[in-house]
Amino acid sequence: MSVLNWLKRHLVVIAGLLTLGYLLLPNVIVTVFSFNKPKGRFNYQWQQFSTDAWKDPCGVADMCGSLSISLQIALWATIGATVLGTMIAFALVRYRFRARSTVNSLIFLPMAMPEVVMAASLLTLFLNLGAQLGFWTILIAHIMFCLSFVVVAVKARVMSMDPRLEQAAQDLYAGPAQTFLRVTLPIAAPGIAAGALLSFALSFDDFIITNFNAGSTVTFPMFVWGSAQRGTPVQINVIGTAMFLVAVLLVLSSMIIGNRRNKQKA
Amino acid sequence: MAAVTEAPPLAPAPETKPPRKRGRLVPYWLLLPGILWLIVFFALPMIYQASTSVQTGSLEEGYKVTWHFATYWDALSEYWPQFLRSVAYAAAATVLCLLLGYPLAYLIAFRAGRWRNLIMVLVIAPFFTSFLIRTLAWKTILADSGPVVSTLHTLHVLDVTNWLGWTSGDRVLATPLAVVCGLTYNFLPFMILPLYTSLERIDGRLHEAAGDLYAKPWTTFRKVTFPLSMPGVVSGTLLTFIPAAGDYVNAELLGSTDTRMIGNVIQTQFLRILDYPTAAALSFILMAAILLMVTIYIRKSGTEDLV
Amino acid sequence: MTTEHSGDVRLSGISKTYGSFTAVHPLDLTVPQGSFFALLGASGCGKTTTLRMIAGLEEPSGGTVHLGEQEVTHLPPYKRPVNTVFQSYALFPHLDIFENVAFGLRRRGIKSVKKQVEEMLELVQLGEQARKKPHQLSGGQQQRVAVARALINTPKVLLLDEPLGALDLKLRRQMQLELKRIQTEVGITFIHVTHDQEEAMTMADTVAVMNAGRVEQLGSPTDLYENPDTTFVANFLGTSNLIEAEVDTKNGDDIVLKAGGGKLVLPEARCSAPTTTGGKVLVGVRPEKISLTHADEAGEIAEGRNRITGRIADSSFIGVSTQYVIDSPVCPEFEVYAQNIDRDARLVPGAEVVLHWNPAHTFGLDAAQDIDAGVAEVEEDAA
Repeated sequence: MSVLNWLKRHLVVIAGLLTLGYLLLPNVIVTVFSFNKPKGRFNYQWQQFSTDAWKDPCGVADMCGSLSISLQIALWATIGATVLGTMIAFALVRYRFRARSTVNSLIFLPMAMPEVVMAASLLTLFLNLGAQLGFWTILIAHIMFCLSFVVVAVKARVMSMDPRLEQAAQDLYAGPAQTFLRVTLPIAAPGIAAGALLSFALSFDDFIITNFNAGSTVTFPMFVWGSAQRGTPVQINVIGTAMFLVAVLLVLSSMIIGNRRNKQKA
Repeated sequence: MAAVTEAPPLAPAPETKPPRKRGRLVPYWLLLPGILWLIVFFALPMIYQASTSVQTGSLEEGYKVTWHFATYWDALSEYWPQFLRSVAYAAAATVLCLLLGYPLAYLIAFRAGRWRNLIMVLVIAPFFTSFLIRTLAWKTILADSGPVVSTLHTLHVLDVTNWLGWTSGDRVLATPLAVVCGLTYNFLPFMILPLYTSLERIDGRLHEAAGDLYAKPWTTFRKVTFPLSMPGVVSGTLLTFIPAAGDYVNAELLGSTDTRMIGNVIQTQFLRILDYPTAAALSFILMAAILLMVTIYIRKSGTEDLV
Repeated sequence: MTTEHSGDVRLSGISKTYGSFTAVHPLDLTVPQGSFFALLGASGCGKTTTLRMIAGLEEPSGGTVHLGEQEVTHLPPYKRPVNTVFQSYALFPHLDIFENVAFGLRRRGIKSVKKQVEEMLELVQLGEQARKKPHQLSGGQQQRVAVARALINTPKVLLLDEPLGALDLKLRRQMQLELKRIQTEVGITFIHVTHDQEEAMTMADTVAVMNAGRVEQLGSPTDLYENPDTTFVANFLGTSNLIEAEVDTKNGDDIVLKAGGGKLVLPEARCSAPTTTGGKVLVGVRPEKISLTHADEAGEIAEGRNRITGRIADSSFIGVSTQYVIDSPVCPEFEVYAQNIDRDARLVPGAEVVLHWNPAHTFGLDAAQDIDAGVAEVEEDAA
């Protein structure tokens, strides 16, 4: 009886933790199989423990090259999308202008469009223009689909900002430029950072749009895709695991720093 | 006399902005580069695609706009099973995401206490591992000889799913079940995050108030919590359904030729068969169908404020 | 204009409209240098808009703003020698207390700010908190930072926009005295916007009561309270009993009025309305000026006092005083506050009583006004 009651009371917790398990199981598998020594070309079945792949992460032809291309694209796409998106967000929050609703839908639609549609239509554009597919077309596409996410993140932050802060700066002898640099920008920074981080993750991990517009350039996700056909090297799992660990450590440390700051309160 | 701010008549408020006389063009300069980017690389391609879909010709001789709408008809009549499958798989994945994601979002919002941040990190962190690598991991998890399949087999679950047509033989891989499972997994965070955002805004005292007014926990959930989380449910289902309907990665990696979705067809037509008009027509139909469904859904659920 | 008045704030015909809505009607106002001036009114009365026009945060639709001899009407806020303490303070969340206070100095290109900032933080008793962020301070401390941040620039005028609105009652009382002390110490003109009549009366030398974009009355707190000019001021500042009466005769400096069956005396100097014989006037008297005597002892009341008869409808004991509501033929809900010195046990609901007061405490208002003006606003704020 009491067991049943306990179950009833904690049903949500149990269900939630099961979902969490479902979410994390693949990462566990990726990590475990990064220590596998598979027979044959595919790394889907456990054979025996080995640290070979960790010792030689770039031991697979072209993999680290594709990784570096992905990182470069992600970096530039982040910079591009963040700058353009932040400008749009400020215009949307701070000014009244015509065609506001058109601008809003133009921001919203890329987020509501299946990737394959954007990928295919962008390819028709590039084909029609006779553009050379490769690094630049990928970068253009990535900036395009990251842009909206930056706008949303920055807009939320700027909107929640007390307009009196800027007025206070003006009241304290800061001209428009000074007000922007000393007050507006620092306060909007967390929103901009969130947008940039999201852009980086989206760009780095994008496969569908990239696959359509890459030509012969191979990004890391495309390398993984290809290897699913040709044979999956263990090194893929090494990269996957390392990315996961770096991400968790980064987020956790930033949270701990944030918590410390909050605890100093009063 | 300078009426600069076009404040609404009933705004005697301190919130009105300081006068900006010279700044009339500033918003347009701010908007210009980004909006131009979206027009050229998002809106314009849609037009090109629309035009491509009514062209005829061949790769060698080039294409011409001939208003050949028959392409649409041919594409639909040939690929309607893939369309239906896309909608069905995406819908199934969306429902599963909601069922799985809601308890977790609820847990984080109300029951996690000091574990809240850690769980949030664990929900977001998988994002940072390439989703293709994680999707490939499902090949291992659902492997024919693996523990999952043998457990399902022993429990006779596979008999049921076989009968339903979700699986076939003693396999899960290369069946609709595997594809839906992969879709659910891939888009689950997109469900959890908006759900969490809207649940987190709910004042915990509302639960106490409902309890105080004779509502049992389940009634409290149905009458108070769930209705208040509707914005999260709406944006979560959209964020899951839309990408799932256009996805072809899961169908390719976890499915078989019998589980091909419309994304697979578009990809093959564009990148392998190079039949651009058909591919463009299919893509256009998918876009139109999704926009239509989303519009109806948003109207019905009464939430306009998504951005 | 003598040099003595070189720091006066002069508003001439200043107004503000938003589309068809007029927030501030053309307004003339002079705030003498070194004074503590309060703009008092309910929310939406135009007091904050007026303040923001002085600060430069709002451009007037008409009229001019002068600081001493300098016209500043169209100067942007960052070029005016005026600083503001904002509602809910608007402290920069990304800067620590020191940098918040130093902000204005640094923007004006002053290099060595350390000594000045430290002195200013001492003045507001926050020397220890210099390196904390605003959110780490309590409401009262944040409020003092906001004051320090503005005062360090030694502005000609300090504008305070509901500076105590976010504080709880006890802290508010404390800060009222604190602000008053600071103002006396630095001698800068303070213009204070508030909806709290008690706050305005405690702190300011001069109060301007605003209503619907206009100044209703301007004067010292005692003036406004003892001799209001309009029903709005009478009701908004404290409580007033208002009786409709008819001018009967004049007797020297006094006017004799008919109200119900009785007569009331009103000094002519205390009447802001025209007093032609037979005309209507509203007679007002504050609840604490009235004495209550049981009807049985009506004969013992001194001659020459205004008197009204009635029956106690309700009484509530609140410690220092007892508040009675009296039903009277001339006024349905007459309020009387009696000090609890010698309580008459017979003064309970239902008892017949005589209300009487010194005619010198009576004031007269124009009867053409809404008798309840300003009542609703007070209740709204109290809620």
